[in-house]
Amino acid sequence: MRMPGGAATLFVGSLAFLCSCAAKVDYTLYRNRVPRSILVLPPLNESTTVEASYTYLSTVTRPLAEGGYYVFPVAVIDAFMKDNGLPHPDEMHGVPLDKIKEVIGPDAVLYVTIEEWGQKYQVIASVTIVRARARLVDAATGATLWTGKAEAARDSGGSGLAERLVAAVIHQIIFSSIDQTHQVSRQANTAMVFNSNNGLLFGPRHPEFHTDPRGR
Amino acid sequence: MRALRLSLTIGALCALSACAKPSIYYWGRYEDLIHEMYASPGKADPGTQVAKLTEDIDKAHAAGKPVPPGVHAHLAFVYSQQGNLGSARQEFETEKKLFPESAVFIDGILQRMNRR
Repeated sequence: MRMPGGAATLFVGSLAFLCSCAAKVDYTLYRNRVPRSILVLPPLNESTTVEASYTYLSTVTRPLAEGGYYVFPVAVIDAFMKDNGLPHPDEMHGVPLDKIKEVIGPDAVLYVTIEEWGQKYQVIASVTIVRARARLVDAATGATLWTGKAEAARDSGGSGLAERLVAAVIHQIIFSSIDQTHQVSRQANTAMVFNSNNGLLFGPRHPEFHTDPRGR
Repeated sequence: MRALRLSLTIGALCALSACAKPSIYYWGRYEDLIHEMYASPGKADPGTQVAKLTEDIDKAHAAGKPVPPGVHAHLAFVYSQQGNLGSARQEFETEKKLFPESAVFIDGILQRMNRR
């Protein structure tokens, strides 16, 4: 049974993809201070899409919680901060850690900055892109435990040129009203948290917390 | 060869999907509601949120799976928006009981509610 060329290319491609993110990450500090709970603040937004911060915020709880951490209720925290005179994410990001620790009590805070967001219209396709950088900070010491990137893109699809043109047009018609960024953002966060090379360590509520070899 | 190809395919899929292990929690519509309350608030008024979240909590219990972090606290917050402080207190307490990690935050909220 010969492997068809296309399939072989795909495998080599996915291997290359895996190797490209295999850069060694030093988990020593993180391993020594694995948090039980993570506070995610509404992200800073470097993109031109106003709603990016809150769409992102609605896709970050699930992967972190499934990764074994307690995640503070993101919308409740946002409302709480706003009630306390901090209407914007940049003001929330400026709150000193000792104050956060005193009032909310997380072991760690995840600071996220959105770099790129939304649909890019290209000649024969449109692509929905989400890219953000994230930093996990120890709330007691202020030390950075981990940094990562959430990144995902969804193509409008099609293989031949004509097919791609049609797909791109249909995609723009259908999806301009449906918010694809929500799904792409979810995909980006899931990939970021669970990347076995540079993702988050499994937290205390994860079944593999005690066997996760990273940083040991 | 076929077996190798299959295992490679599975390997690649696993790497991409983080090997979809069974989830710890029953998720329901918690995150979708958060998205809606910011993106199209009309679709996620407090009444709708209470209805959907309480239904999801029931489904989680029926499925024998834990309710995710934040759901009870979020429900409590929505109850407080409705002026239903009794149910709000109860849900905040449930969040704290299920997730003691939330104690500092929840205790602060409960204290401020009692002062009102």
